[in-house]
Amino acid sequence: MSGPSTYEPKTGIERWLDTRLPIVRFAYDTALNFPTPKNLNYWWTFGGILALMLGIQLATGIVLAMHYVPHVDHAFASVERIMRDVNYGWLIRYMHANGASMFFLAVYIHMMRGLYYGSYKAPREVLWIIGCLIYLAMMATGFIGYVLPWGQMSFHGAVVITNLFGALPIIGEPITTWLWGGFAVDNPTLNRFFSLHYLLPFVIAGLVVLHVWALHVPGNNNPTGVNVKSAADTVPFHPYYTVKDGFAIAVFLLLYGAFVFYNPNALGHADNYIPANPLVTPAHIVPEWYFLPFYAILRAVPDKLGGVLLMFGAIATLFVLPWLDTSKVRSMRYRPTARLYFFIFVFACLVLGLCGARLPDDPVIGAASGLILLDADINSFVWLSRVATLYFFAYFWLILPVLGLTETPLPQPEGISEPVLSHPATTPAGATASPEKRG
Amino acid sequence: MADTVVGADPHADPSRRDFIHIAAAAAAGGAAVAVVWPLIDQMNPAGDTLALASIEFDLTKVAEGQQVVIKWRGKPLFVRNRTAAEIQKAVATPMSELRDPQSDDARHKPGKPQWLVLVGTCTHLGCVPTFGGGEYGGWFCPCHGSHYDTSGRIRKGPAPKNLVVPDWDFLSDTKIKVG
Repeated sequence: MSGPSTYEPKTGIERWLDTRLPIVRFAYDTALNFPTPKNLNYWWTFGGILALMLGIQLATGIVLAMHYVPHVDHAFASVERIMRDVNYGWLIRYMHANGASMFFLAVYIHMMRGLYYGSYKAPREVLWIIGCLIYLAMMATGFIGYVLPWGQMSFHGAVVITNLFGALPIIGEPITTWLWGGFAVDNPTLNRFFSLHYLLPFVIAGLVVLHVWALHVPGNNNPTGVNVKSAADTVPFHPYYTVKDGFAIAVFLLLYGAFVFYNPNALGHADNYIPANPLVTPAHIVPEWYFLPFYAILRAVPDKLGGVLLMFGAIATLFVLPWLDTSKVRSMRYRPTARLYFFIFVFACLVLGLCGARLPDDPVIGAASGLILLDADINSFVWLSRVATLYFFAYFWLILPVLGLTETPLPQPEGISEPVLSHPATTPAGATASPEKRG
Repeated sequence: MADTVVGADPHADPSRRDFIHIAAAAAAGGAAVAVVWPLIDQMNPAGDTLALASIEFDLTKVAEGQQVVIKWRGKPLFVRNRTAAEIQKAVATPMSELRDPQSDDARHKPGKPQWLVLVGTCTHLGCVPTFGGGEYGGWFCPCHGSHYDTSGRIRKGPAPKNLVVPDWDFLSDTKIKVG
């Protein structure tokens, strides 16, 4: 998509550098002059927001590592020291902890954007798969980071998640022992988790480079899902999208700041302010909110191995999505039936999140119905999570493959300029159809 | 002119060249594995972790009907002194009701049915079950709702196996060694 470079070195030093290491040219072509579809809406700003969040997590994390002690006897106290004694330690830690939540919020919106507008379809399959890898690395980093404060939720969360691998036949036990470096989650585990928590964000940063590279070969998808036809369909990234992304970032930071400054523990769990005790499990153990849908899928299955396989299967499904969706139409704007199923899918994900936060046997509405189906009351979160889990998998493995063959999509516009230019009635008076042509 | 070398075609004897390629790749592959293995194996339990693997415990601390939780290999260990009624209940359970069938006899030392020594981690995902809870009077795991009976056998919930009986033995009438 990016044509020949239009960068012209202006100063002598730029010309000198350009013939030796054309790094300024590279930055100009990829970040400033990159031709971008002119109709991107605010759902497209989350890429920029995510890049900022990764930067914030790296910066605050490197600083926290200067004060944190990865040892079972000192970890909890060192975190409390950061909170009480280290200059601005409270701010940096709250930025890091809430930053993780904001990071996941943004990535979920970014992924849903991709699902709605068909951004995973040809020729962007590799872009999508790299995105899935980033998400996987984020989940590993988020989980490991939550273990580091060594509170009760940290410890028992680590026990539960590492035990997931124990469900695998034969290799399960050697793998868990290997992960732990002992016979239980203990000091060796904490130590290596710290090492990996420092490593993985840089892995993510490397994957982000590949993600942007894979984005810049076919160029951005856009809300119509129709390919860019000519230069008239695009505007340079700067200043059009640097400004748009910048505004979205400012709004997003308001939300982030509201958490950091006014309710920094709203997304955490009080039990994590109790030092880890291997001999007592908290009565109600839950993961961080961004893992709740997967936790609900895990608990929906009454069989240990089955639950683990289904949970990992939910993530694996995302990787093969480009080959499951049979529809050639990218954007769900022109797929009314698929759009309906998509919104049910979003709802099912939210329901799974709710189920993951509640005890499986609790009634969903009012009191238990007394009607037992298989092993649990029909009015229970475990049954609700089973229904939602079924929909989660049906959406990818049944609805999208079949719907692409059976539905009749609405007519798509010829090009992305058409919806704007061919409906003068919807264009406000005085608005110009091609703002990039004006000074 | 007569010096022109003939028969110098490098592809004249492919089998020799293939052999060199295969041998070189095999040597490099073997070397890579030899280098990677220490980097993987370093994550397994270290010597000092293995050295702390057995403990002794004085049973006089546990009164009848009570349980004491001690730490062994970083995990909780249940030492339970069962009442006659609890033993009776465990013995009377028919095998057909068990998910992981094992008789009560097989879970304690001969002639000392009151003493149960169990690894106190749920066989589902490793939480610590609470003493005396659940529908069978043994243990109840608060994480995902597994019920264990008074022999520590799984009866209901997602856990697949009975609570694990570690290697242990009596050193004297009141002293045991675990591990």
